[in-house]
Amino acid sequence: MSVAAEYAVKMHHVTKTFGKVVANKDVNLELKTGEILALLGENGSGKTTLMNMLSGIYFPDHGEIYVKGKEVTIRSPKDSFALGIGMIHQHFKLVDVLTAAENIVLGMKGKATVNRKEINRQVSLLAEKYGFEVDPSKKIYNMSVSEKQTVEILKVLYKGADILILDEPTAVLTPQETERLFAVLRNMKADGKSIIIITHKLNEVMAISDRVAILRKGEYIGSVITAETDQAQLTEMMVGRPISLEIERPAVERGEKRLQVIDLTCLNGDGVKALDNVSFDAYAGEILGVAGIAGSGQKELCEIIAGLYPSIGGSVLYSGEHDGVAVKERILGLKPDEIVKKGISMAFVPEDRLGMGLVAGMDMTDNVMLRSYKSAKGIFVDRKTPRELAEKLIDELEIVTPGVDTPVGRLSGGNVQKVLLGREIACQPSVLIVAYPVRGLDINSSYRIYDLLNEQKKKGVAVIFIGEDLDVLMQLSDRIMVLCGGKVSGIVDPRQVTKEEIGLMMIHTGEEMENKEVTA
Amino acid sequence: MSSHGTQVKEPLIRMVKRDSISQNKAWGIRAAAFILSLVTGGIVILLLGHNPFSVYVSMVKGAWGSRTVIYETVKLAVPLLITAIGISFAFKMKFWNIGGEGQILVGAVAAGAFGLFTAHIFPKLPLVILMMLASIVAGGLYGLLPAVCKAKWGTNETLFTLMLNYIALAFIKYLMNGPWKAEGSSFPKIGMLTPGARLTKVLGVHWGWILALILVVVAYIYFNKTKQGYEIAVVGESTNTARYAGINVGRVFRRTMFLSGALCGLVGMLQFAGADYTITEGTAGGVGFTAITVAWLAKMNPFGMLVVSVFIAMLERGANAIQTQFKIPASASDLLIGIILFFMLGCEFFISYKLIGRGKEEHHA
Repeated sequence: MSVAAEYAVKMHHVTKTFGKVVANKDVNLELKTGEILALLGENGSGKTTLMNMLSGIYFPDHGEIYVKGKEVTIRSPKDSFALGIGMIHQHFKLVDVLTAAENIVLGMKGKATVNRKEINRQVSLLAEKYGFEVDPSKKIYNMSVSEKQTVEILKVLYKGADILILDEPTAVLTPQETERLFAVLRNMKADGKSIIIITHKLNEVMAISDRVAILRKGEYIGSVITAETDQAQLTEMMVGRPISLEIERPAVERGEKRLQVIDLTCLNGDGVKALDNVSFDAYAGEILGVAGIAGSGQKELCEIIAGLYPSIGGSVLYSGEHDGVAVKERILGLKPDEIVKKGISMAFVPEDRLGMGLVAGMDMTDNVMLRSYKSAKGIFVDRKTPRELAEKLIDELEIVTPGVDTPVGRLSGGNVQKVLLGREIACQPSVLIVAYPVRGLDINSSYRIYDLLNEQKKKGVAVIFIGEDLDVLMQLSDRIMVLCGGKVSGIVDPRQVTKEEIGLMMIHTGEEMENKEVTA
Repeated sequence: MSSHGTQVKEPLIRMVKRDSISQNKAWGIRAAAFILSLVTGGIVILLLGHNPFSVYVSMVKGAWGSRTVIYETVKLAVPLLITAIGISFAFKMKFWNIGGEGQILVGAVAAGAFGLFTAHIFPKLPLVILMMLASIVAGGLYGLLPAVCKAKWGTNETLFTLMLNYIALAFIKYLMNGPWKAEGSSFPKIGMLTPGARLTKVLGVHWGWILALILVVVAYIYFNKTKQGYEIAVVGESTNTARYAGINVGRVFRRTMFLSGALCGLVGMLQFAGADYTITEGTAGGVGFTAITVAWLAKMNPFGMLVVSVFIAMLERGANAIQTQFKIPASASDLLIGIILFFMLGCEFFISYKLIGRGKEEHHA
């Protein structure tokens, strides 16, 4: 064959279906030896499925795979390793109580005994070679997300992989950490490794890749050389039509102080402070963005305000009106139904949509009535009104579903989110808390969600937006509160700071650094 | 599509989750499973040296052949059905109440406390009402206990309810040997309920069967039309979602487990006052466990439970009949029941999944 070693991986006419869903249809993909290929596509376009067929998790229905010029059958992750393919998944697969080095050698063949010193030395050498910063004897549970990712990458390198697949590696990183990761990837490329990076962030594609391959709805659209393209062209290939990437920030006059959070403190499951003296105000007619690395207390913050998580100190004051009467209440410690009884309409779109906000196995009607079923009189539920509301939501938000009787767990991520946000907005909230509302959504749905949030802001709702994508946060929010390790490291005007400044605030508040050094 | 796929080695069989399946096809699979179970059972019967057909015929006859055996079959089906409905309350909320046995027993004991010792004080109607209420309250409280502990300390309800079975059983042994021992009996046993206090028969069987039919309808409405039924479903799917919706999860646990235990307790009273007229270690007789099979096979649908409980009662009566007619040992006839239930439960796998062999491709319409 003439392909020889020019291509590290070639996938020909690969098709994979799950039931009636065609995840990949006749996809062709080529990875040249020693290049960084960005695999670009919206959520649900089949990127991860395609890569899972390389890493042996799925088996293709049709098609051939060539690795280093030879046709291969990859039936298990073991086969994949044997071919030198290593995949770094979005969800890390590490043993918490072991050290970095122990995780790296886990599952390797060898003697029954482990020489920890020797392994640590080897791992350090490997890390040095590519410019990683890692302490081989550090336990995983003491590590930050970015450190864990480093261990995952070292794990596959240690096993001798020369084809690396990274599934959305930057989703959990700060801008600075992303930059560091990219530097490492460039080192690996210089060393002759071939790399596929799955992503849907265009600026990262431009920054790191040599070529871009684009998938749309499971189909291969084409590939372009990064240096010869721009973000607009890539978007068009990814979405199928030209689209404006501007997020609107309508000017609305800020209203009254809706929520006043004072010195809020709480513990996580291990008894460590998850929130530490957090204070801020949320105003009517404003979107307050909340930025921070994952696990900086965002989840606890939302759930405490919504009445779902216990606090150990502080207070939350609400002021608004209900039926023309002014309502001023301390709501900290109240259960969700007690908050409703006080005449406060608080909407909350949790991070875990199907595990908290909705019931996956129930149809849309039953989900829509989740918040309101109690208001019906008597012992029976009223399904007529929620059914009408469900039909209205399908119409207004263009929810794609076979019908109101389909379990919401069967809908795509974007449609699930529309059901959830639609229900929450339908109860005419005065405070709307949304946690990672566009995670896993395609561009169209994401922009629809931004529009809905802006509409609420114009109506005078106090919107608290927990986000992960700094670009989005900076375009949409009126103010941004940055959390770091459960503390507020600052509340800034996104029009007057840079992304890098926010990134720095995400990793340290002045005093927190000192604490860390003492405990480390 | 190209034929390249054949060059590549595929796994021999792959499991694929079905998207949806038509009702006809699902029933077809169930029918096929039933026939296969009969064939497999037939082989066992052949090995025992009997003609499978005549054995099967006598099984059916043994359950439906005459008025007397029909009464017996119905008498078996009633406790099974009410217990299945009872535990499905808990199962719908994913609270694994395997303590049906114990709840039945304490229900029987509570009914016995009135039936055996106050029969001379009260006329029949108030006495029966008292027995009913006592069994409901006793069973309910016995079910409530694990729910309270789970809501408060997150204890494991499976172990908890299971262990409560043995406590109830031991308590009955204690009553048999001590305080409730029948007068003049050398043998440890509890006295008989006086004939005047026994449940009235309607069409040959105590009125428990009418109650069971009413409960089927009531349970169906409760699960599907009431707020409490909706709350059970939400809690069962996700306690997090329930909390988010402002549902007091602990209260739903307690309320539902009380109802679950109460229905099982009621079965104890029906067995005591309608079928056995006394209380023994065998009063529950495994009904609390068999009912789990009933509830699962019926997918927690009360009408389905009606069908399944009658079916299982028929198998048990039939198994009894062939023991006497063909001298087939009890263990072998239990084996037959086991084979049939195994196939019926096992076929549910083929309703949710399909298998694709090597080289077979999926076709898309």
